[in-house]
Amino acid sequence: MDCIVTGGNVKVLAKAIHSLSRIGDELYVEPQEDGLALRSVNSSRSAYACFLFAPLFFSRYTVHSGHTFRCKMAIKSVQAVFRSLASLEKTVEKCHIELDDQNNRLTFTLHCKHGLMKTHNLSFQDSESLQAVFDKDSYANVFRSHPRLLVDTVMHFPPSLEEVTVSVSDERMWVRNHVEEEGDQSKAMLTELCLASDEFDHFAVQAHNSVTFCLKELRGLLVFAESTGLPMSMYFDEPGSPVVLSVTDSVLEGNFVLATLSDDPNHRKKNNSRRTHTRPPPPPDDFMNDDIDSYLIAMDTSVAPGSSATGPPTPPLSQDKDTQPPNKKFCSLFFGSVLPPSSQMSTQPVSSQQVLASDSEDDVQ
Amino acid sequence: AQFESFLCDVRVITTISKLTKTCVLRLTPDNLFFVLSGKVANGGVSMWCELSQANFFDEYQMEGVSPEDNEICLEVTPENLSRALKTIQNAKAVKVKLTKKHCPCLTIAAELPTLSSISRVVTHDVPVDVIPRRLWNEFKEPSMPDFDVSIYLPPLKTLKNIVDRMKNLSNFLVIEANLSGEMNLKIETDLVSVTTHFKDLGNPPWGDDASQDGGPSQSRDPEAMAQARVDIRKLQQFLMGQQVNPSKAMCSKSTHRVVHLILLHEDVSLQYFIPAVA
Repeated sequence: MDCIVTGGNVKVLAKAIHSLSRIGDELYVEPQEDGLALRSVNSSRSAYACFLFAPLFFSRYTVHSGHTFRCKMAIKSVQAVFRSLASLEKTVEKCHIELDDQNNRLTFTLHCKHGLMKTHNLSFQDSESLQAVFDKDSYANVFRSHPRLLVDTVMHFPPSLEEVTVSVSDERMWVRNHVEEEGDQSKAMLTELCLASDEFDHFAVQAHNSVTFCLKELRGLLVFAESTGLPMSMYFDEPGSPVVLSVTDSVLEGNFVLATLSDDPNHRKKNNSRRTHTRPPPPPDDFMNDDIDSYLIAMDTSVAPGSSATGPPTPPLSQDKDTQPPNKKFCSLFFGSVLPPSSQMSTQPVSSQQVLASDSEDDVQ
Repeated sequence: AQFESFLCDVRVITTISKLTKTCVLRLTPDNLFFVLSGKVANGGVSMWCELSQANFFDEYQMEGVSPEDNEICLEVTPENLSRALKTIQNAKAVKVKLTKKHCPCLTIAAELPTLSSISRVVTHDVPVDVIPRRLWNEFKEPSMPDFDVSIYLPPLKTLKNIVDRMKNLSNFLVIEANLSGEMNLKIETDLVSVTTHFKDLGNPPWGDDASQDGGPSQSRDPEAMAQARVDIRKLQQFLMGQQVNPSKAMCSKSTHRVVHLILLHEDVSLQYFIPAVA
């Protein structure tokens, strides 16, 4: 791969990388024909982020077709390349990213003023593809607003706050901090903010749901959106189904996907019965402990096509129905093993299930 | 109890939150008091902060435990209060209520200005503990000790800078002052002794309401220093929390017993007692 970012876009790229660093420690880089994908995921697989930069974002974008290159690298190393955002803007004229095949290095060259060139050779590891599977366009509730609205909302909550619950009705959205009931509830301060629908540019509610997710991981996106001024969209469905926040413009798309708490046993049962129409019921063991391991293993082996053992294709909503005590846990996002289409067809009935639909992030207008 | 207000000055609560993790909030028909009673757990420091409710609230309704004991005593975490109040600085209107949610709470509800026709409402529920009447004795206004010398303090920022540096050298600090407006801060270790001298500070004339028993004896030599040795960290903690320069700051010493610091700022008075150590 070989691409060049010039002018103000260097700062945008840097900001995207900084916001990805708030999610996980590793940056997954995948140059595709339709653009450069930069992704990150957290260690518990409950938060995922992806920025897709279209070829037009770059002044030059060349990808070797036929040889899919994917790698991951320590995100701190990449952040070090784009360390000081303020000086980036003033001094860097362009950034050249090039794959050095022979030495297994990804080279970042910053062409700065006065003829100064800074070259960073970063080592990488080959990696599996990292793509969360979600279909935000199918979610019941969709909102869009200027990032300022969300920043102002989040400001009322302490920086250390882990989880928030967002509830909606036809005209209102409530955001409040989520307190574990088993914890020291008598000492916890509760904060709740109520937003009216006309504060949003777009407010479409089909289901009066409440979802609970981790706020911390979102702050990276808020910083990015606020500094670029791009409107932010939020999509969510039922509890247990991930919440997606995205920013889009003509040359880039950023999606932050966060798992939500699924704690309502009624919900679980309802979802299970729906799923049984399309697929054999999921195994009754703890999804979190058993199946996720099989997903992880599947991901590691996906580099070799044909080993499509992803285990039972259970969606994140499938729960142990009976034995598990009402232990509130975040559902992990479902990571599909991404294989070349030919070997995949027979094993996974991808198209028939909402949850397994291919992620929409590849669609860049 | 319920109060509506345009609570403008939250800084005193932030100051208190730096002094202590929990304290007692006493509500009476006319005043609010934040009280920390001197217990061993606090290292013996105590604090008394008085606000007149009329200066903060447009509407103030409260009903105490009973007509004879017309007040409410709550144990609060000032940091929570401070955090809640900080976020509503620009509010159009603020309401504070004592409520019972999952536990007794001070509910602070604010209407925030927005561009839309409907206001944004933010609600903070700060959990509190109601203190039973039998314990109220612990939170009475402290009586003024017999003091020997009272002196106005130099700018708190200056004091803080000095105390911060002295803290690196010793755990104990001697404060001395006399009736001629002179004050010294001294530390002494085996290796070094450092003294900072202040002059022309001025001494408050006694007979104002801070004095309860007529003030120091007239026969005291104006040059004689009254001394008190205190744990430097306690003084530092007090100075750290101060965010505003008070209109009046005074320090009174009763020799070898306690150092009494009093800050007056607009409508708030804050008293802090640091026990002297041998």
